[in-house]
Amino acid sequence: MKVSLFVTCLTDLFAPDVGMAVVKTLEHFGCSVDFPTAQTCCGQPAFNNGFPAEARALAVKMIDVFHDADYIVTPSGSCCAMIRDHYIELFHDDPDQRKLAEDFVARCYEYVEFLTKILKVDMTGLTLPKDEKFTYHFTCHLRGLGATGEPAIRLLKQLGGAQFTELEKSEQCCGFGGTFAIKYSDISGAMVRDKVECGVKTGAQTMIVNDGGCAMNIGGACHRMEAPFRVRHIAQVIAAAVEHTAGANVS
Amino acid sequence: MTSTLESQSAPKRRMSLPVFHPDFMTEAHSASADTALHAALDNSVTKKDYGRRSSLAELPDADGLRQLAGDIKRHTLDHLDYYLELLERNIIKHGGKVYFAATREQANDLIVNIAQRTGSKLVVKSKSMVSEETELNDALIAAGIEPLETDLGEFILQVDHDHPTHIVMPVIHKNAAEIGRVFERYFKTPFTDNPQELAEMARVYLRNRFNQADMGISGVNFAIAETGSIVLCTNEGNGRMCTTRPRIHVALMGMEKVIPSLDDLPVFLKLLARSASGQALTQYTNIITGCRRPGEHDGPEEFHLIIMDNGRAKILAGEYRDTLRCIRCGACLNACPIYRKVGGRTYGSVYPGPIGALLTPLFNGLENHKHLPHASSLCGACFEACPVKINIPEFLIKLKRDQVEQGITTAPERIIFKLWSWGLRHGWSYRLGQIAQRVMMRSIGNKDGWIKKLPPPAQGWTAHRDFPMPPKHDFRYVYKQYRAIQQRGK
Repeated sequence: MKVSLFVTCLTDLFAPDVGMAVVKTLEHFGCSVDFPTAQTCCGQPAFNNGFPAEARALAVKMIDVFHDADYIVTPSGSCCAMIRDHYIELFHDDPDQRKLAEDFVARCYEYVEFLTKILKVDMTGLTLPKDEKFTYHFTCHLRGLGATGEPAIRLLKQLGGAQFTELEKSEQCCGFGGTFAIKYSDISGAMVRDKVECGVKTGAQTMIVNDGGCAMNIGGACHRMEAPFRVRHIAQVIAAAVEHTAGANVS
Repeated sequence: MTSTLESQSAPKRRMSLPVFHPDFMTEAHSASADTALHAALDNSVTKKDYGRRSSLAELPDADGLRQLAGDIKRHTLDHLDYYLELLERNIIKHGGKVYFAATREQANDLIVNIAQRTGSKLVVKSKSMVSEETELNDALIAAGIEPLETDLGEFILQVDHDHPTHIVMPVIHKNAAEIGRVFERYFKTPFTDNPQELAEMARVYLRNRFNQADMGISGVNFAIAETGSIVLCTNEGNGRMCTTRPRIHVALMGMEKVIPSLDDLPVFLKLLARSASGQALTQYTNIITGCRRPGEHDGPEEFHLIIMDNGRAKILAGEYRDTLRCIRCGACLNACPIYRKVGGRTYGSVYPGPIGALLTPLFNGLENHKHLPHASSLCGACFEACPVKINIPEFLIKLKRDQVEQGITTAPERIIFKLWSWGLRHGWSYRLGQIAQRVMMRSIGNKDGWIKKLPPPAQGWTAHRDFPMPPKHDFRYVYKQYRAIQQRGK
């Protein structure tokens, strides 16, 4: 299966590890992965701040960059939701471009969604390098994809050595919201402290956060508050299990 | 001279909703730091939100029911003139009188006139958000008529000269001790913070006053066009007292509250209490059709229904029509992570929370409430909770678009977004931007990989949390290396 990675601008700059974990795990599950280098940003910040014309220009570029991809997979739920919820309506007055958008949207998947719906992967048989206790934060924009946290948690639980514990108020927004975190930093700060406090209560070593923005926000608050857990994308956890298990098999 | 010039400049648009706390940022700043408020809100609204979910899960197809409720509302709004006329005819048929008020001032005048004509001195009120919208109590007092709130929460607020901060739980911002002090001052009795004792004090006082009242005022949860009935959903029983005991009953409704027929009512009844509080039904559901008929022993002698526009027709005519579906259940407030951190007061006007962030600028003008559309992380919890499927985040984005189009968005912000999106249209400028950000951030980051203080305009971020320093190489570099090594391996 041919997959093109839409890494997103935040992951490109701040979390190359997450991007590489997506590449390596997709390859492990039998995909051939390419990375169209002309990609930039989906236009979400412009759209969300009331600049649809600017978002539209970026949507045209995105659709063009990925025009011959079979599947487009992204580690970010919110970027995927931007594409799925808004790209078609952005071209309401341009039938040709709208058709292209519809075709593009139908090929776009968020990483966990792609693993579970298209690849239908099973993680049993994969083992983590060492036992680890996880909790899971539901990134809000999965709502836009009609998704729940259930598939990600199910995958996690299949990994050997993974223990799972429920996060209180798991579905409550962490307070990122793009420019919201800067413009309304007091409110956003109160929200992210709440998230970290709930995380501390779980006793988990790792909180799974499948979105670049949420990860920066919760991770930054964890560091400021000296919280005893770290924030990781599920792709990083799966990649670690893939690598460890492959190593074990070789030896 | 300057003041003369200023007073001659274009008058500010008339506000359809009263504004109690105009400075959003100041309110947000203090509420965000108030951890006692957060704990209190978690204990009430967050719990109600979980109650909503579990009570909706009991239904065979809650989502389908929400869709149906939204569709009924949409249909009614699309034919609002027809249903309002039908409602009017049927109310009159049952001996009631119907009035249309274009503004909140007109609505108040109509009520004051009815009170004066009927010689009403004491008016008992059941909880009504729309009467908060018109500031009815002030208008009654100005005319020498005594209004008395009989919903426990509203009563506490009235005697403390305070405003509701939640659509359904008006006094949510006060704890038992604060209420105890309010009653200690008002009733001049020894302090107690025992909720049961406090409720009993209010109950004894209110019982007595119900008997003295000449007129009762209620809101309207639903008005049924086909039967000419109004429906009141309450938990305390005071609504029933207000609408049966006094000689005169006046009901005040926003014009969007009408539904076509009695058959539609169960759809909303199934959703309203579940969405508001997780109850299957409110304790009392009153369907009131007209006033006392000849030969009947009780009920008011006169029934008056006031149907108010106050800015709704303008919203109905535009692309925000769906916002008028709102049935004021408060579910979006309970689900909202921001409401849970700032409380209702911060939203400044009558309707707080996500629906308030939408309605207040629509009623009062975007220029008067610049922050409300922006102070949202667009998480979508409100849309998910809404029993009539109002896509609140989508509408907030549209309001921001309107701000840009109307020139309300500041010039620097407009320039930043235009430059930013231009930069992202080209591979080279994207790369340049990413490199510039990396170099800048790596120059101010600590050895541990974190930035403690970002420069303006991003300083707000680091006021509350650290910012990750970008690693030395971006993804595309690492990816290229990875592929190069694979190539060499072959």
